[in-house]
Amino acid sequence: MKPRFPIAPFAGALALALLAGCGEQPQVARYEQGKYEGKADTRPWDGAAFNGDRTAWELALRNRIVGQNEYKRVE
Amino acid sequence: MARMKFLCDAERCIECNGCVTACKNEHEVPWGVNRRRVVTINDGVPGERSMSVACMHCSDAPCVAVCPTNVIYQTEEGVVLHDKDGCIGCGYCFYACPFGAPQFPNGPAAFGARGKMDKCTFCAGGPEENHSEAEFEKYGRNRLAAGKLPLCAEMCSTKALLAGDGAEVSNIFRDRVLRRGKGIEAWGWMTAYGAEKEEAK
Repeated sequence: MKPRFPIAPFAGALALALLAGCGEQPQVARYEQGKYEGKADTRPWDGAAFNGDRTAWELALRNRIVGQNEYKRVE
Repeated sequence: MARMKFLCDAERCIECNGCVTACKNEHEVPWGVNRRRVVTINDGVPGERSMSVACMHCSDAPCVAVCPTNVIYQTEEGVVLHDKDGCIGCGYCFYACPFGAPQFPNGPAAFGARGKMDKCTFCAGGPEENHSEAEFEKYGRNRLAAGKLPLCAEMCSTKALLAGDGAEVSNIFRDRVLRRGKGIEAWGWMTAYGAEKEEAK
């Protein structure tokens, strides 16, 4: 006797769906390096004080840094 | 010029909080936000140590790595800054920072009510025109563009807090350590300023 609904295709699809659960997918997240997406900044020596003269800016800053050493200041 | 760094000499810090006050005043930092603070270990016990802590401007900064909107960046001089316009106040940077540097002023932001992140800028302002009103309002004063060092370090009365190029700051500290010696005989004044001063005291 022929069944009213074809069971074989449904049973096959169900078996395939259940078997899919046995598949192994990579579970580790991949991290990607982000890139700065904010506004661009002006460099410290680009202001009115140094007019783009990086050497002068570095010299001014170096004098301040060295001035923090009181042993050098009292020499 | 290499990388800008802070160095706090725990032997010299007297917990005066001058650096904290200088920072708050210079940048007009709102109530509840401390870009810099002084931490004391073994308070009241002989041998206690204090240290001034703020953003350490890490070479490989974790806050830059975790920011979901990618608005934290590092300048050529190694200063870690951020664009407040793109900050959503999620607080990820706070969880990532080992020093607790990111601060939240409880204001409106896209993500919750923490407000936009605020932190030490090494007195280098932010991504706005140097010395502009917008820069001051959002990030505070830009002393670096004026050829000056952060005010916390320049105001430090004992010169415990040093700021500037990492190599130069290391040289100053190395010189200091060599002069003052070490060991049990070098405690307190001697440790901080050397044996000659002890005799003069």
